[in-house]
Amino acid sequence: MAETLVKLEDVSKSYWRDSIEIPVLHHINLEILTGEFVALMGPSGSGKTTLLNLIAGIDRPSQGRVIFEHEDLSTLSEGDLARWRSRHIGFVFQFYNLMPVLTAFENVELPLLLTKLSRAERHKQVETALAIVGLADRMKHYPNQLSGGQEQRVAIARAIVTDPDLILADEPTGDLDKQSAEEIMDLLAQLNKDFGKTITMVTHDPRAAEHARVIHRLDKGELETA
Amino acid sequence: MKLLKLIFRNTGRHKLRSSLTILGLAIAVMAFSVIRYSIDAWYSGVAASSPNRLITRNAISIIFTLPLSYRDKIARIDGVTGVSWAQWFGGIYVDAKNFFPQIAVDKDTFFDMYPEYIVPTDEMKAFLSERNAALVGRKLADRFGWSVGDPIRLTGTIYPGEWDFVIRGIYTGAKETTDETQWFFRYDYLDERMRKETPVRAGQVGWFIIWINDPSQAAIISEKIDRLFDNSMAETKTETEEAFNLSFVSMASSIIIGLRIISILVIGIILLVLANTMAMTARERVPEYAVMKTLGFRPVHIVGLIFGESLFIAILGGLLGIVITLFPVMPLVRTALGHFFPTFPLSVVTLILGMSSAIVVGFLAAVFPTFKAVKTPIVDGLRVID
Repeated sequence: MAETLVKLEDVSKSYWRDSIEIPVLHHINLEILTGEFVALMGPSGSGKTTLLNLIAGIDRPSQGRVIFEHEDLSTLSEGDLARWRSRHIGFVFQFYNLMPVLTAFENVELPLLLTKLSRAERHKQVETALAIVGLADRMKHYPNQLSGGQEQRVAIARAIVTDPDLILADEPTGDLDKQSAEEIMDLLAQLNKDFGKTITMVTHDPRAAEHARVIHRLDKGELETA
Repeated sequence: MKLLKLIFRNTGRHKLRSSLTILGLAIAVMAFSVIRYSIDAWYSGVAASSPNRLITRNAISIIFTLPLSYRDKIARIDGVTGVSWAQWFGGIYVDAKNFFPQIAVDKDTFFDMYPEYIVPTDEMKAFLSERNAALVGRKLADRFGWSVGDPIRLTGTIYPGEWDFVIRGIYTGAKETTDETQWFFRYDYLDERMRKETPVRAGQVGWFIIWINDPSQAAIISEKIDRLFDNSMAETKTETEEAFNLSFVSMASSIIIGLRIISILVIGIILLVLANTMAMTARERVPEYAVMKTLGFRPVHIVGLIFGESLFIAILGGLLGIVITLFPVMPLVRTALGHFFPTFPLSVVTLILGMSSAIVVGFLAAVFPTFKAVKTPIVDGLRVID
């Protein structure tokens, strides 16, 4: 029986524009188990990304609690939350968000600069991560020398290099052609299956969601499980 | 330290923008250094002052003379170990624009008072033996291509008429601050002609130079000298040579204050330029900072990145500014202003001030962009990407 990795208890989130409250999420209750591959689906504006941001600890709920391995994230300061993210979360963005002035190797190494690993240890981990995503031969390439699919692979390598407990992916195939999207989804599925990585992915692409084992649908800020 | 690579690479991202900013900083540091240099030059006479020398002049103004007969009375005051005198001549060499100081000095005592003027023995001997001999500074001789033995005619303004001299010696300065642009000639040559042509102006000197062995007694001795001539036809004002030279600088105090203000404005302007560059840079990188924060980087790292880049640009600009100040610019400035300022010492303090200003500018320019970058929530930063 898999343990609960993330638990959202009665989570609501609203944004304020001037004095107008814009509710985004309503009383969300959700559990993500260790080793699961979860897809969060829904139309634009349904609150998928907001939910992902709350799980990632880069935003805070207006109401309710996000509990990660029995730790209530709302009790952590911004600094502690940053340290927590560096230890537990790997994040994959829709537009890759690699540093254009750094090579693929250096981009993947970036999260490791926050650890106490030696240079040699960092290099070993970066090489391993890049080998897993199939880019061992592109280490010295800059992002503008890579295709979109390759850039996303580098971003995935960056997300897994610290061996996080949870990989969060926000529309990881949203900016890719069909073939590259398929390759990226195969890679994420492989990370889940072969390496036991817990993955939560936001997508509105049903083909991408097919790779997930659990699908949750969001509509107008309310959650329904498929 | 691990983020240094990112700081250096980021600096090179917008090569044209970074280069122009660095160049702007360099020019500002150069302008600042040259202005401070010019201010130092105003004070170079003060720096060359000796604490053992007092100057006695007419209490009303330096343009009024004192009777030479004061010499003996001054010499009898306790603590005074030597007295000499001098008079401003104010002649024209060929053209009024060829200005240089011409001073009539007592041949027997003046150079004992100024050991920093180094004159070869045979040239001093020639100076002492010929009534219309002149001793000129090395820089002045170089300026007009003079050499020992050259006959030179000056046209008097304060002392009208044509005055013929022969250069009998060229002195050099013992220190960097020693003035090598002066023309010294014998007071007895001036006085002799005054006795013949304008007797009322004979026996008058511009100022006395008084040597004291104990500089701590300067105030007491000065007061004794001035009290001696209280209620006379020509009351005196005695002060240290430094104070005397400062009084000339104070005449130009508004110019100096103006220069100081300009030097600060130059730094202020370049502060705005760099602040603008850093603000643009930080604004463009809001999404990147958001990504870094998502990865676990804390505000301190973002502060390091922005301050690091700003300081790196500032240091590069400062160093380049110092290099262009030292090499192409200063020789040009010395050539252009050398006739107006007797000495133009290179002050390390000025260069340190220039570099420090650049660093302060780099620091201040990063404050606002850093504040904004740190305060921008991650989700807002990431939204910029979408």
